[in-house]
Amino acid sequence: MKPFSYLEPDSLDEALDLLGRHGDDAKVIAGGTALVNFMKNDLVEPRFVIGLRRLKHLQAMTEDNGLRIGALTTLRTLETSPTVAGYAPLLAQACRLVATVRIRMMATLGGAIAYADPALDTPPALMACDASFTVQSRREARTVPAYQFFTGILETVLAPDELVTEIVVPRQPTGCRTAYIKFLPATHDDYATVSVAARVAVADGKVVDARIALGAVGATAVRAAAAEELLAGKEPNAANFRDAAQAATADLEPLKDIRGSPDYKRKMAAVHVVRALQAATTAPHP
Amino acid sequence: MRTVHTTVNGQRVVADVPDNTLLVDFLRSQLELTGTKESCGVGVCGACSVLLDGKPVSSCLTLAVFADGCTIETIEGMADDNKLHPLQEAFIRCGGFQCGICTPGQIMMAKALLEQHPRPTRMQIKQWMMGNLCRCTGYYKIIESIESAAEGTKS
Ligand SMILES: Cc1cc2nc3c(=O)[nH]c(=O)nc-3n(C[C@H](O)[C@H](O)[C@H](O)COP(=O)(O)OP(=O)(O)OC[C@H]3O[C@@H](n4cnc5c(N)ncnc54)[C@H](O)[C@@H]3O)c2cc1C
Ligand code: FES
Ligand code: FES
Repeated sequence: MKPFSYLEPDSLDEALDLLGRHGDDAKVIAGGTALVNFMKNDLVEPRFVIGLRRLKHLQAMTEDNGLRIGALTTLRTLETSPTVAGYAPLLAQACRLVATVRIRMMATLGGAIAYADPALDTPPALMACDASFTVQSRREARTVPAYQFFTGILETVLAPDELVTEIVVPRQPTGCRTAYIKFLPATHDDYATVSVAARVAVADGKVVDARIALGAVGATAVRAAAAEELLAGKEPNAANFRDAAQAATADLEPLKDIRGSPDYKRKMAAVHVVRALQAATTAPHP
Repeated sequence: MRTVHTTVNGQRVVADVPDNTLLVDFLRSQLELTGTKESCGVGVCGACSVLLDGKPVSSCLTLAVFADGCTIETIEGMADDNKLHPLQEAFIRCGGFQCGICTPGQIMMAKALLEQHPRPTRMQIKQWMMGNLCRCTGYYKIIESIESAAEGTKS
């Protein structure tokens, strides 16, 4: 690992000041599970590493017009929290499928989204929950919806001086049910070959609200808006789910890697959209 | 260079470490606690597991400066003088290790498990220990060791 200076601000203001001053030359570190791997391989060589662990209020969750999750909350906390289970079981379910207990105890939600690997489990779950992210710098604070945050492989809308401070999950629509399916043909601790998050509300035998988002199917996680529209007003049956899966996957350009070819992943994505919709619409009501 | 104040296996340690030092290297090279092993170096295998403020971490992915103000527990702190920890005794009794490379990590991870779930189910053991790989034992003996240690500890 190349040398760097480690800085440990005591407050958010101080952290934003340091980022404003060092911007491009600095990287913040939360759990370190992604950044340390990158630094060990000299893939990033920051001159300054800014530790966030003293910013205790970013480790907390508060209920205020939705669930506001501090960016430093670990995936393990999310997976085991009764509050998250009540608000957004979809997010808890996705967290539970990340890597292993030890990694989930270290990894933070803010770190995951800033990392922006296209195969992460949390981004599709957050998209299907209509989550948004609060992003702060010395210049401004802004809110970015999850489905507009990711711009490419390991790329996001974050400027070098910006910090994700919280992840906001709004109250979910009444009557909605959810499912997260991570397709893991190799080992249980692997990254997804493809993954699908679905949230569906049905009333009087018709879909009244649907969210579908996919992971590991291209340069970023994606929300399948066309499929969501197609389902609205339809009966939740197999034929309609297949049409939605077709709409959700037709234009995908999955990356070729050790987990499969683009064509294979596109087909598996369609299979798992159907399964996620079936699982969501047959799940017991919360 | 930063000064790190930490408590390692119950002993206060004050040490100067270069900012880019990993916890595993701090433990092994600077404190000469070579019980903790580094194998994969990327967070997958669990050989380097230690407890930081009671919480298991991969010391291969943790900066040594993260230990400042915290307690660290490693395999060297498990035995009480010459009396082995119940987990160590169980691993010997049940054949929970062969070459031993993964064992310090297995035992630290299992210690954290038993602190949270003194009488874990087999499924809880499997889910918790999934991130600790072993090339020798085939895992059943490790699971049995942890069950055996848990039966010995009155909950
Ligand atoms: C062995 C292993 C297996 C894994 N398997 C999976 C898996 O199956 N599924 C899955 O989804 N993920 C998986 N991951 C990835 C893991 O989820 C991420 O590494 C983790 O969430 C990153 O969080 P962190 O707190 O460790 O981030 P760090 O490593 O601390 O930071 C990651 C990046 O985000 C930036 N950053 C951190 N916090 C903020 C913030 N608040 N604002 C702005 N920028 C920030 C850092 O500068 C850095 O560039 C795995 C990781 C490992 C090591
Ligand atoms: S050496 Fe740290 S997890 Fe493998
Ligand atoms: S005992 Fe040899 S790797 Fe586990």
